[in-house]
Amino acid sequence: MNKTVNQKAWFLVLPVLLLVAFSAVIPLMTVVNYSVQDTFGQNQFFWAGLEWFEEMLASDRMWNALGRQLMFSGIILAIEIPLGIFVALNMPKSGFWSSFCLVVMSLPLLIPWNVVGTIWQIFGRVDIGLLGYTLDKMGISYNYTQDIFAAWATVVVMDVWHWTSLVALLAFAGLKSIPDAYYQAAKIDQASRWKVFRFIELPKMAGVLMIAILLRFMDSFMIYTEPFVVTGGGPGNATTLLSIDLVKMALGQFDLGPAAAFSLMYFLVILLISWVFYTVMTTLDNKGG
Amino acid sequence: MDWMAWTWPTAIFFMVIASLLITFTVLAIKFPETPRRGVLGMETTRGDRLFITLLGSAFINLGWLGLVGAGQPYALIVCLIYAAAVFRWV
Repeated sequence: MNKTVNQKAWFLVLPVLLLVAFSAVIPLMTVVNYSVQDTFGQNQFFWAGLEWFEEMLASDRMWNALGRQLMFSGIILAIEIPLGIFVALNMPKSGFWSSFCLVVMSLPLLIPWNVVGTIWQIFGRVDIGLLGYTLDKMGISYNYTQDIFAAWATVVVMDVWHWTSLVALLAFAGLKSIPDAYYQAAKIDQASRWKVFRFIELPKMAGVLMIAILLRFMDSFMIYTEPFVVTGGGPGNATTLLSIDLVKMALGQFDLGPAAAFSLMYFLVILLISWVFYTVMTTLDNKGG
Repeated sequence: MDWMAWTWPTAIFFMVIASLLITFTVLAIKFPETPRRGVLGMETTRGDRLFITLLGSAFINLGWLGLVGAGQPYALIVCLIYAAAVFRWV
């Protein structure tokens, strides 16, 4: 790359910058201000220094929430990525059924988060929900409001239901971009189905899969509405993920200082992941695919 | 501005960041540069390196606070070394 960068074009984004300043930057600055102070309400603040950051870094509550969050993101990635690839591999490649599959699979992606939460909240109920009722009648003990495993299973399956399509659609797009010549060459070499997947399809999908992994990781790392609607973070704190815990702290307990410190650390992690995401995307773009 | 609960330390913090951003913008306009490829294997400009420096410094400060716990200003020395390393090698 011998191209010089012309930074003057950045002035054209000034209007957006002003809007973002109003809606994001100024509130974020306020959060930074909150994080070093203590308040008892009525907009009176007292200097607390780094106390809240120290408290949060030493708090089991935050680390536990982070642990649950990482576990959640890990589990859904471990299910959604292979499942998405599997679905994409088995989809019709062209014709009516291909379009049909694409439309049907996009449907869950169009449903708002709180509606997805409500659907599963009712679906899983033992008294009126189809899933809960059936499981109960089959003699399987399932109650997501009391049993930790059931609560986790519900939240994970809900996320898989909601987002596997996204991975499948991305993987499908990756598959479609492979020229037929590759498959013909593989046929001549008598490559097995596994070898075709391993040495042709997987490398060609690597770019879109990277995007899928990062998108799903980031999205699941910030998940709030769905588990909040289904389990409310319970039973106990079993499904209290980072954002649920943060809201409990900030709005439920009105601990603005610790919650501000917590959210800044949360923000830094998200910022780091977003940066990785952006870097990977632009690197892929520069490679031309 | 009362509702934003300003304090001098946070105001200075943001002024430093704002002046860094302005400085780097002016630098980028006055002396346009070619992105270069460093140890991370990706192309970076001065602005990218500033971002990596600032983000990394935040984590260095948090790490210092959590692991060492005392003498927070010394963490800034680590940050400066880190910044120098980023601008030299990344």
